[in-house]
Amino acid sequence: MLDRTADNVARATPEPLAKKIRGISDKGLAWLFISPTILLLLAINIFPLFWAIYLSFTNFRANRPNEVVKNLGLANYQRILGDQDIWIAMQTTAHFVFWTILLQTVIGFTLAWLIDRKFRGHAFWTTIILVPMMLSPAVVGNFWRFLYEPQIGLFSYVVSFVTGIPPTNVQMLSNVELAPWAIIIVDTWMWTPYVMLICLAGLRSIPEYIYEAAEVDRASNWRQFWSITLPMALPFIMLAVLFRGIENFKMFDMVNLLTGGGPGSTTEVASITLKRQAFESWRTGYSSAFAIILFVAVFGLANIYVKALNKVKQR
Amino acid sequence: MKSTLKLALGLASAIFASTAVSNVAHAEDLTLCWAAWDPANALVELSKDFTKETGIGMKFEFVPWTNYADRFLNELNSHGKLCDLIIGDSQWIGGAAENGHYVKLNDFFDKEKISMDDFVPATVVGYSEWPKNTPNYWALPAMGDVVGWTYRKDWFSRPELQKEFKEKYGWDLAPPTTFDQLKQIAEFFQKRQIDGKTVYGASIYTERGSEGITMGAMDVLYSYGFQYENPKKPYEMEGFVNSEKSVKGLEFYKALYDCCTPPGASNSYMGEGVDAFKSGQVAMHMNFAFTWPGLQKDENVGGDKIGYFVNPKGPDGDQFAQLGGQGISVVSYSDKQESALKYIKWFANKDVQAKWWSLGGYSCLNSVVKDPKFPSSQPYAQAFLDSMAIVKDFWAEPSYAPLLQASQKRFHDYVVAGQGSPKDALNGLVKDWTQVFQDDGKM
Repeated sequence: MLDRTADNVARATPEPLAKKIRGISDKGLAWLFISPTILLLLAINIFPLFWAIYLSFTNFRANRPNEVVKNLGLANYQRILGDQDIWIAMQTTAHFVFWTILLQTVIGFTLAWLIDRKFRGHAFWTTIILVPMMLSPAVVGNFWRFLYEPQIGLFSYVVSFVTGIPPTNVQMLSNVELAPWAIIIVDTWMWTPYVMLICLAGLRSIPEYIYEAAEVDRASNWRQFWSITLPMALPFIMLAVLFRGIENFKMFDMVNLLTGGGPGSTTEVASITLKRQAFESWRTGYSSAFAIILFVAVFGLANIYVKALNKVKQR
Repeated sequence: MKSTLKLALGLASAIFASTAVSNVAHAEDLTLCWAAWDPANALVELSKDFTKETGIGMKFEFVPWTNYADRFLNELNSHGKLCDLIIGDSQWIGGAAENGHYVKLNDFFDKEKISMDDFVPATVVGYSEWPKNTPNYWALPAMGDVVGWTYRKDWFSRPELQKEFKEKYGWDLAPPTTFDQLKQIAEFFQKRQIDGKTVYGASIYTERGSEGITMGAMDVLYSYGFQYENPKKPYEMEGFVNSEKSVKGLEFYKALYDCCTPPGASNSYMGEGVDAFKSGQVAMHMNFAFTWPGLQKDENVGGDKIGYFVNPKGPDGDQFAQLGGQGISVVSYSDKQESALKYIKWFANKDVQAKWWSLGGYSCLNSVVKDPKFPSSQPYAQAFLDSMAIVKDFWAEPSYAPLLQASQKRFHDYVVAGQGSPKDALNGLVKDWTQVFQDDGKM
C-alpha cells in the first residue's frame, strides 16, 4: 500500500524530483512529512522543557543576562521544598482543585442526567447551559469582579436579599474566609457545562437495550441508576475529572483577575506564586525548579489516575 | 497602450519613491516609552514643540501602570530596540545602570552644560543617581511625584459637621497634621450620611499585585521611624526595619484600613483611589500628586470642593512622604541615541520645563518650582512643593523587584488578610530582604 503511495507521489511529480522521491523509502517519506511537526514540537515544547530543567540547577536570572551563571546543584529544589510559603500555596491549590472538581462533577452530572431525559426544549436549555464555557476567562473574571462588588454588585444584593446581611458586608473578594469560595463559585459556574457535556456523551453512549432488559426484570429507576447509568458513565466522569483536575491545578487567569492571590496570600495558588517568582522577582532558576516540581506532581498524579481510569474501563 | 504602460510605471515609481521618502522620515522618529496616564498625554502635547524645532518625529508607547514594569523591564532585559527614550520608574535605576540598559549621561551633561544642581535635590538622588548619592547620572529628572492627600474641602467646611467634630474630638475639623488626627477624621466620616449617600473615611493603597500596599504602608512607616538599614552599616536591617517604631507604624496602617476604608477596598491603588474620590465615596484620599491636576478639574469633586495636604507627621514629629516619579533615560540598545540625547537636551530647557508644568506635568527644575509665582500657580502647587521636600524612596537596588514582592506579601498578609502580628510581618520582611541581599552577594 505504502509502495503504491510513493509511486503515485513520484508519478505526479516533475521528473528530476520524482527520481529523488523514488529513492526515498516509505519510512523516509513518512518522516519527511511529519518532520516539520516534530521540529516544531522540539523547538517549542521539548527544548524549553530541557532548558528549564537545566536552569533549575542554576542561579540564572532573566533580568541579568550578563551575570555569571552558577551551578547550584539541588539548592533551588531544597529551598522550594523547605519553603513554608510554597507549601501554603500548594495547600491552597489542593483546596481549590478538590472543591471545584467536586462541585463541577456533581452539578455537571446532574445537569447531564436531566438533559438526557430529553424533555421538551432540552436542546435550547443545553445551549443556554453551555454559554459560560464559551466566554473568555478574561471577560468572566472581570464581570464577576463587578458582580462581587460590595457596593454595586448584583451578587452582594442577592445575598443581602436572601440573608438580610447588608450588601456592603458581603465582601466576597476582600474577606479571607470568602475569597477562596468566590473563585470556586466562578470556576464552577464557568466549567460545569464542560463536565456536563462529557457526562452527557457518556450517558448517551449507554445502549437503550440494557435499560429495556432492566425494565423487563422490573428494576426500579433507582436500581437502574446505580447498576447501569452510574457504572457505565463512570469512565466519562473520570475523564472529565482528569481534564478539570489538570486544568485547575495550573489555574491562573481567574485567580489573577478576581483576587490577584489576595487578600494577603489567601488565594495564592501555585501558578500565581510561580508567576511572581519568575516574572516579578526574576528568580528564573528558582522558578524553573518550582515549575519542574509542579510538572512532576501533575504528571505523576495524572499517570496514577489514568491507570485507575483504565481499570474502571476494563471492568 | 505604450503610453498607458508608461503612465502606470511612472505612477508606480512615484508611489515607491514617496513611500521610501516617508520611510526615511519615519526612520528618524524617536519612540518614547512611559506609563499610560494623564502626564503622558501632557508629554505628547509638549513634544510637538520638539518636533517643530528639530523635525524629529515622536512616537509614544504607553502601557497601563499594572503592566508598565513587566512590559518595559522585559523590553530592556531582552535588549529590545522598541524604546529610544524611556521614562522608567525610580526603583529601576540601580538595575538599569548595572545591567547596562541606560546610557550614562555624565559626559553629555558636561558637554551640554546641564547641571544637576539646577534640579530639586531629592529628584536627582531618586531618579538619576546610581549608586545613590554619587555623581553618576543615568537619567534626567522628568516627572516629580510624591504621595500626598486630597480631602473634601466642602465637607470639612460644613458648619454642622465642624460642630459635631469639635464636640467629639475637641479640635477643629481641618486637614490633619498628624496621623492620629487623620485617623480621627477618617473615623468621623466613616459610614456617615452626606447628602443622602453613605460615605467613608479614607482611600488608602492596599493593592497586592504590583507595588500598591508597599507605597501606602511605607508612606506611613517612614514618619513612624522606619529605616531601611543601619545608616552606619549598609544592609544591616535587624532593629531598623522591624524596630518598635516600625511595628507601631504598620499597626496604625492596619487600623486605618480596618476602621476607615470603603467596603471591598482590599486591592486599591492609584486608579481605584481616584475612582473612590471622584465618586464622592471618601472624605480623604491617599495618592500620588500626578492625580491632582485631573481631580482639580473634575466637575463633581474638583474646583472649590477639593483640598490638598502633605503626608502628616508621625508620633515623634517625623514627617516623610513616599517618593514617586521618574527620570527620562536614553536606552543603550537604541540606534538613535544621538536624536534621543537631543530630546533630553531640549527637555532640560527652562522654558520647556515651565510649559511642562503648565500642561500638567510635574517639573523638577528649580527655576520652575522655586519661582515665586509657583505656589499660587495651582491650588495643589504648595502641597506638592512641601511634599517633595520630605521624600524617601523604596530600595533602588538592582534586586528591587524581589525586595518589593517580599514587602507586598508581608504587608498584605498582615494589613488586609489580618494574618499574624505587625512584628511577625516585619521580622519576616527582614528575613526575606536578607535572603535577597545574600543571593546578591551583598551580605
